[in-house]
Amino acid sequence: MKNPMLRLLAFFLALLVLVACAPATTSTPTASPTPAAPTELRLMTHDSFAASEEVIAEFERQHNVKLVILPSGDTGAMLSQAILTKSAPLADVLYGVDNTFLSRALQEDLFEPYTSPLLANIPEEFVLDPQHRVLPVDYGDVCINYDKRYFAEHNLPVPQSLEDLTRPEYKGLLVVENPATSSPGLAFLMATVAHFGDPGYLDFWKQLRENGVVVVNDWETAYYTNFSGSSGKGPQPMVVSYGSSPPAEVIFAEQPLEDAPTASIVAPDTCFRQIEFVGILKGTQKRALAEKWIDYMLDRRFQEDMPLQMFVFPVNPQAQLPEAFVKYAQIPTKPATLDPALIAEKREAWIQAWTETVLR
Amino acid sequence: MSTGAAVLPARPARGWAALGLWLLPLLFLLIFYFTPLFSILRLAGEALLREGPSPRLWGHLERPLVFTLWQAGLSTLLTLLVGLPGAYLFGRFTFPGKGLLRVLTTLPFILPTVVVAAGFNALIGPRGWLNILLMQGLGLSEPPIRLMHSLGAILLAHVFYNTTIVLRVVGSAWAQLDPRLEQAARVLGASPWRALWEITLPLLRPSILAAALLVFLFDFTSFGVILLLGGPRFATLEVEIYLQALQMLNLPLAGLLSILQLGCTLVFLGLYQRIAAQVNVPISPRVQGEGLHPPRTPAERAFVGVMLTMLIVLLLLPMAALPLRSVVRLEAARGERGAVTPGLTLDYYRELFINRRGSYFYVPPIQAARNSLLYAGATMSLALSLGGLTTAAMTRLRRPPRWLDLLLMLPLGTSAVTLGLGFIVVFNRPPLIARDFPLMIPIAHTLVALPFVVRTLQPALATIPANLRQAAAVLGASPWRVWWEVDFPIVLRAVIVAAVFAFTTSLGEFGATMFLVRPEYPTVPVAIYRFISQPGALNYGQALAMSTILMGLCGLGVAVIERLRLPGLPQTW
Repeated sequence: MKNPMLRLLAFFLALLVLVACAPATTSTPTASPTPAAPTELRLMTHDSFAASEEVIAEFERQHNVKLVILPSGDTGAMLSQAILTKSAPLADVLYGVDNTFLSRALQEDLFEPYTSPLLANIPEEFVLDPQHRVLPVDYGDVCINYDKRYFAEHNLPVPQSLEDLTRPEYKGLLVVENPATSSPGLAFLMATVAHFGDPGYLDFWKQLRENGVVVVNDWETAYYTNFSGSSGKGPQPMVVSYGSSPPAEVIFAEQPLEDAPTASIVAPDTCFRQIEFVGILKGTQKRALAEKWIDYMLDRRFQEDMPLQMFVFPVNPQAQLPEAFVKYAQIPTKPATLDPALIAEKREAWIQAWTETVLR
Repeated sequence: MSTGAAVLPARPARGWAALGLWLLPLLFLLIFYFTPLFSILRLAGEALLREGPSPRLWGHLERPLVFTLWQAGLSTLLTLLVGLPGAYLFGRFTFPGKGLLRVLTTLPFILPTVVVAAGFNALIGPRGWLNILLMQGLGLSEPPIRLMHSLGAILLAHVFYNTTIVLRVVGSAWAQLDPRLEQAARVLGASPWRALWEITLPLLRPSILAAALLVFLFDFTSFGVILLLGGPRFATLEVEIYLQALQMLNLPLAGLLSILQLGCTLVFLGLYQRIAAQVNVPISPRVQGEGLHPPRTPAERAFVGVMLTMLIVLLLLPMAALPLRSVVRLEAARGERGAVTPGLTLDYYRELFINRRGSYFYVPPIQAARNSLLYAGATMSLALSLGGLTTAAMTRLRRPPRWLDLLLMLPLGTSAVTLGLGFIVVFNRPPLIARDFPLMIPIAHTLVALPFVVRTLQPALATIPANLRQAAAVLGASPWRVWWEVDFPIVLRAVIVAAVFAFTTSLGEFGATMFLVRPEYPTVPVAIYRFISQPGALNYGQALAMSTILMGLCGLGVAVIERLRLPGLPQTW
């Protein structure tokens, strides 16, 4: 009895065993009496992935498969995990690589090519990898959102170009995200690179800094704390966000809204187009099922579910858009784009130079 | 009684038996800490050799290192400035509402940063309560408090987070201090200050050092606070590791930064051991609650009043701002951008229970809460078991080797991102796949909690004087009774403190959880992130509501653990 710790230990070890058993017994899904146990298909994706319950269930029923979805952080976190584990992949399919990370992912040789029959429907402009190692699923535009009420009440015209943002009447009115930590922040930086060229974009940012641009680290802070058009009622009436944010404001309003409180600036070259891709991870044992899932993602059922789940636009033109999207989402006629190979080569240098120009 | 105790010899020969006790904790660290860590560092090293070091390497290392040290030192000083008088308050005085205040002051420590950032924003942000009040009261058109995204916000948040460590660690030591030593000094003519300076503080020095070290390490590895409250102009090593590993996909640099951070941690721990070794005052534990009394003199009353106000303003206001914000709808009145007319609402809470989009990932809040509680319970048991074994082993060695102690503390200085990636790389094939193994999350949380548990248990166990046990035995007590009436009450308090830390660490942890969580079984912090990363007033409101629920859950957990003390024991410190 010399050591009291031993008794406490015994107690806690016993407790541990009890607790350890609890999740195992309670979390086992109630097994339905299916004739054959479903095979597992693993989908690695980013945290923004979402889908309707029935849409997933329908795929699982059709192919007698259990879809295991692994949200793995944001796009960068997901990709670095995929790269680190490429000798023994964590999943069969990866969804969510976008054009800003595309070349890096292809360099790392993560994917097996698959030419889905559904590619026939998809416009050429989205198919960035001619070898079809990755296939486009959806797109969205990173645009400046503005608070309609603020501009109406101050009789202020809405800026119509990137250059407009440096004018004195817009001093201190724009909040952007840090491109080193935020994907819309990076996309907006790339819009400026595409429009002004390298190193011209740095002059633009210098002027923007003099004009009181506010920089925060993440979209959440920018949108909810600094932006005046959302629930945070912050001090800036313009924010770098998505072209699909205005319909989201209507759909997720506290009380039914007649009209969206915000809108996007969609003038030529002010938005950057992000395209998201899906691909079969090299080394999968379930190639046939993986192909089926990709076909399913590119088909109408899934494509029509996406807009209200992930607030992105379907690449399949046959998919019908939901009403709120048709009404409140604006699609820019001439969004900015950059060659993915150039992005892979220069992204770190651009971010570094931007940091020196805007933050130091 | 149980196998755990039976396999351990009751009266072991020194040395070898102690090594036997070490076996389980060491094995645990080897499998779940060193293997993943080294696998990542090895990958980073290989990539570095392949690509060669970049010319701007030193700049990438130096800037974050200097800033990290600077802000951590400053934050620790400020935290001690608030925490030490607070520890005196808890260690020497009784006052109404003490139990409640103890629970409430523990809460900040647990809250995920995203919740704390929301709380600070609701209080001192550009449209926070304080600025709204000041603007309306003084008729200002611009918010007068502009603290967000400054070094001030970082320091404030660190004090907010870590004061509880000082309160808990030093406060409990203070309560156990023999008040007769101080009384004797006073009788012999020492002023209260001199008694404090020459008697009390030297006796408390190990606890103060331990608390300061823990606070420093937490500030040193600060991540969310820097990103969310400090804003883009500040980056600690931990932030830089995250940026390089997950945003720039520059693993070699992330590896180097991780090694730098680990190296610094080792240096601090070594320094700490050197200082701590100089102080070796045996403290005999006294009757519980002996030194506690209500404030009597006007000076004491004033002290208690000032301290209570300070703790409430610093620790409770940011937390109160959050639940308040979660039941208030802010609508700016037409024509005035700044003016706000709030209305009460429970919509955000109601909405939590509705799967509005029919989403595949929808999880009712009750289930997220249940998951969090189960993980926290498992973490608590695992951390206390391993921590108990370690402490028992340490007290058996007359002079525990230094490297053992260092080993145990290292996880505190390890980046969650590095470790999380390590888990993914190592536990990737049968028999152990990280995402499929339900105990993986408690294991990761235990790595974070274990250093606390050991740091808290060790001094308590070391203070039990052998002659107390011998006296009881001579007076005819059975060995069981000796344990029950001598050892157990002394250790129990430390065990409770350790349990609270382990439990709450698990409830709030997000960094490593992100790599391990399955979408069907999210924890509450994971659910909060899901809401807050979508636009729309409802989503933001739901995130705040969920955060409020987490706060309630933490409070409940802490209160329950506090209640676990035996009925016969008085409420102490």
